Amino acid sequence: MTEKQPVETRRGDAGVAPASLSRTDLGAAIIRKRSRPGEWLAERGIFAVSLSSIVMIFLIFAFVGREALPVILGQTSNARTQKPLTPDEATKLPADKLAKYIGVSVSELKGYDAETLKTLVELKAEELAQVSNTDSRINTTSWQKMFQPHRWLGYDKPEYIWQPTSEIPKYNCIPLFIGSLKATLVALLFSVPLGVAAAIYVSQLASPKVREIVKPTIELLSGIPSVVLGFFALIVLATILQTIFHYSSRLNALVGGIALGLAVIPVIFTIAEDALTSVPKSYSQAALALGAAPWQVAWQVVLPAALPGVFAACILGFGRAMGETMIVLMASGNASIVSASILDSCRTITATIAAELAEVVFGGAHYRILFLLGTLLFAVTFVTNLVGEMIVHRLKARLEGA
Amino acid sequence: MDNPVFHIEKLNFWYGAKQALFDVDVTIRPNQSTAFIGPSGCGKTTLLRCLNRMNDLIERTRVEGKIALHGQGLYAPEVDVIELRKRVGMVFQKSNPFPKSIFDNIAYGLRIQGVNSKNDLADRIEASLRKAALWDEVKDRLNDSAMALSGGQQQRLCIARAIAVEPEVLLMDEPCSALDPVATAKIEELIQDLKKEFTIVIVTHNMQQAARVSDHTAFFYLGKLVEFDVTTKIFTNPANKQTEDYVTGRFG
Repeated sequence: MTEKQPVETRRGDAGVAPASLSRTDLGAAIIRKRSRPGEWLAERGIFAVSLSSIVMIFLIFAFVGREALPVILGQTSNARTQKPLTPDEATKLPADKLAKYIGVSVSELKGYDAETLKTLVELKAEELAQVSNTDSRINTTSWQKMFQPHRWLGYDKPEYIWQPTSEIPKYNCIPLFIGSLKATLVALLFSVPLGVAAAIYVSQLASPKVREIVKPTIELLSGIPSVVLGFFALIVLATILQTIFHYSSRLNALVGGIALGLAVIPVIFTIAEDALTSVPKSYSQAALALGAAPWQVAWQVVLPAALPGVFAACILGFGRAMGETMIVLMASGNASIVSASILDSCRTITATIAAELAEVVFGGAHYRILFLLGTLLFAVTFVTNLVGEMIVHRLKARLEGA
Repeated sequence: MDNPVFHIEKLNFWYGAKQALFDVDVTIRPNQSTAFIGPSGCGKTTLLRCLNRMNDLIERTRVEGKIALHGQGLYAPEVDVIELRKRVGMVFQKSNPFPKSIFDNIAYGLRIQGVNSKNDLADRIEASLRKAALWDEVKDRLNDSAMALSGGQQQRLCIARAIAVEPEVLLMDEPCSALDPVATAKIEELIQDLKKEFTIVIVTHNMQQAARVSDHTAFFYLGKLVEFDVTTKIFTNPANKQTEDYVTGRFG
């Protein structure tokens, strides 16, 4: 209160108070730095929250990556190269080698009595004797076997095969990547034109009445649970498309991709519509005043000006399509085959993880390879977003004339 | 009397329930510049935007009365707005070049009129930039973005863009309000030149500007046309007291 006193007097008799006094007051008022604990706290709080989301993403990646690390480093092996041992030979082995030979941990081994041990060694010998397939000597978890074709016993030529539960587990990831890309490609081919066209229509051409109905309706699509979309694709869409196109596999990349597209459309529409609406009205007015038709304005002036936003919408749509699981799991047929045709079934990375992770041996080769797939999926979407962001920046800079 | 370009009779205009123009009568003559002056909200821009039907873009507007372009009613149902706007060009208050190159900015209007050959485009772009007194400043960087130009250059580019399509009338909505005096002088000079080829209608807040560039001046107040006459008469010997008060700076 005492500090405010001189200010009041000055206001009371303006001009009478000596100039030097008021000047010092003013200087003091500016210079005295106030602490604002409330603001500081709020600012730090928001910072902490935003930081935690970054940390969270990092932790998730670190966890997924850690589980996949042995595969990445090539430390896993499922090659069966051991020679069968007699019980006599086996008992002479040190505990750790014996444990490894039987396939149990050292502590478990110590809990067995001699009789059990003998039975286990005999069983193992029997199992090894049964292996007639020479492929069993191959480590199918190596990078080479995961990403290059191999001519397996009984095949005519080298092939990419994902058969994680066969006698010789085959973990080639290429069919899954092809499956994911195929489904995503179909989804984007279907949803980008539709989503962007709908955004152009709603933001530029539609009357306000139509806009008020169409916009929320399309945005409502994003509220449909993906399992419902998958169900719809599985039961209704697949039948309709098969009746029209007469192809042999009822569930395939086309059905899965279109259903996926239905999930992607609202993502692309919402963001593209925002971008188109935020293009300054002065651009479209200038074009209209030159005698351009409304569709010319939308296509030649507004769309180019909104291109960074529309492109960003497509990138997000790509991310959604790559990451979507339930729809493709239900509607794409899940056959892990290498085929360029969208009329063949496909098995995506996400569907594979979802379908198989619950039934793998914890810590086993299959388990680790599913985590490797997760890591790669993460990396692919991350790199795509990064490249997309760079392109968006470049487009923006070009528009602004920098 | 020579054939008027625009003949406006008993024009009334509403934004929703609010009436913006009351029984306005104005005649705009060819190859002359007509200025609309008046305080903010007096309806001068509304009237200007009726002349190329840009008001159509605003929801819930209504127009009554007659505006004729060479005798043809503008608001008749058979009028093609797109054709109308090709003949009646417009320059806006705030310069609004497209975020494209200088070349493409002017080429845009030409292309939608079907001029596609490279040579034709280049010739007509050069001609319109020369008319807009911008050629010497930009001839070496036609492919640079128009957004990199200064405010005055951008506005002259917008004028070049509007005249490139060779309209009959050029509407200018306070074209200098965002510009400094030097740029304003350039554009005023330009208007004097452009008058030879185009009929110009200019809305301005600046009374000296109206006095300098226009042949006829219409003074509006609260949506009504107060006085419309030869510019020299409006500024030296107005018939109406309100006009006199306004042009002498007593109000507005």
